[in-house]
Amino acid sequence: MTTIKVHGSPLSTATMRVTATLYEKQIEFEFVDINLRNGDHKKEPFISLNPFGQVPAFEDGDLKLFESRAITQYIDHEYGDKGTKLTISDSKKKAIMGLWSEVESHHFDQVATKLVWELGFKPLFEIPLDTKIVEENEAKLDSILNVYEKRLSESKYLGGESFTLVDLHHLPCLHYLMKSQIKKLFESRPYVSAWVADITARPAWSKVIAMIPN
Amino acid sequence: MALKIYGLAMSTNTTRAMICLHEKEVDFELVPVNVFASEHKLPPFLNKNPFGLIPVLEDDDLTLFESRAITSYVAEKFKEIGPDLIRHKDIKEASLVKMWTEVESHYYDPAVSPIIYEYFVAPFQGQEPNKTVIETNMEKLKIVLDVYEAKLSTTKYLAGDFYSLADLSHISETHYFMQTPCASMINERIHVKAWWEDISSRPAFQKVVGGMTFGQNDQK
Repeated sequence: MTTIKVHGSPLSTATMRVTATLYEKQIEFEFVDINLRNGDHKKEPFISLNPFGQVPAFEDGDLKLFESRAITQYIDHEYGDKGTKLTISDSKKKAIMGLWSEVESHHFDQVATKLVWELGFKPLFEIPLDTKIVEENEAKLDSILNVYEKRLSESKYLGGESFTLVDLHHLPCLHYLMKSQIKKLFESRPYVSAWVADITARPAWSKVIAMIPN
Repeated sequence: MALKIYGLAMSTNTTRAMICLHEKEVDFELVPVNVFASEHKLPPFLNKNPFGLIPVLEDDDLTLFESRAITSYVAEKFKEIGPDLIRHKDIKEASLVKMWTEVESHYYDPAVSPIIYEYFVAPFQGQEPNKTVIETNMEKLKIVLDVYEAKLSTTKYLAGDFYSLADLSHISETHYFMQTPCASMINERIHVKAWWEDISSRPAFQKVVGGMTFGQNDQK
């Protein structure tokens, strides 16, 4: 019987970050589907797990966590010897990995989540696009990907020479962006394009996608 | 060779890194970057940080940017010196520190920074503070501070009854925030106020606060 529970939505980018990590580490978990349309994430019992009312929330025995990137780091640290190694041990290389983790968190994610909402979710709910937001964030993403292209010309993966949490954290937004007009920004850059193709082809990632209802 | 921090003494992100270095009693040199002349947007600085932002840390052949990556690295490298900012011996406590550091990064900072911008930077550029931006972000900050008030009524610091990187990450931006009319949002919450008074009185912060002069009249 597993001690791990993930409370979230299979469509949520933050939830997908956590399930991707669990699949990479080959750890069993119980998934508690939170009905976002019903607003269940803003009510008890969920709100006691995350007072900010955002999915996912995570339990491992009596440890309760929220914030997807804190959860993924916990999983990789606690279950270090299982499945894929998602971090780097050498202290300086780990520091570089930490830097690119912050880049994803502060630069890429700020812009990507806005585009995912406009181009991935609004059409599902038949809400009209805000073209100004799309244009602004597409331009910002273009600048960020110039930096990524240079980095990936020097390093196989963003965090270093191996696939790590840094790359994994990008997967959920990439899933939505690569189905949209934004994909051209990735496809037009050889190193970024190869990196996207590599990380989205991982078997663990296909299990995360398989959780998404039609 | 001593560590170098490229940045500005008045910058919130630079001071975040410097507070951590002082907590860990690490000698370092602050190399000023003339952001007013856009030095950070040009080579050679751009070679250190392609995003053109301060601070940058150099430790021998290691170059790091992103202040929270810098503080993580410093707290880890010098974990046996000074206060245990990352709770490296206890995985559960370490995870809680990471969680509340993420909260500062994803909830607190995005609400506080625009308010600081409107009161400090806009006037510097000859503009009035934008009331809509301030009100919108006060609404967001209210939610965050209510969560903090509830948490800090159960533990002395954010991640537990121990001072950590999660608390440290808040200090530099809150220092400027407390100089705005919105400071009442902190002062009217007893536990948040007590927490702020505690963390801002730490000697490591006292070593940098004198340089945090942005907004004072004698600055160009």
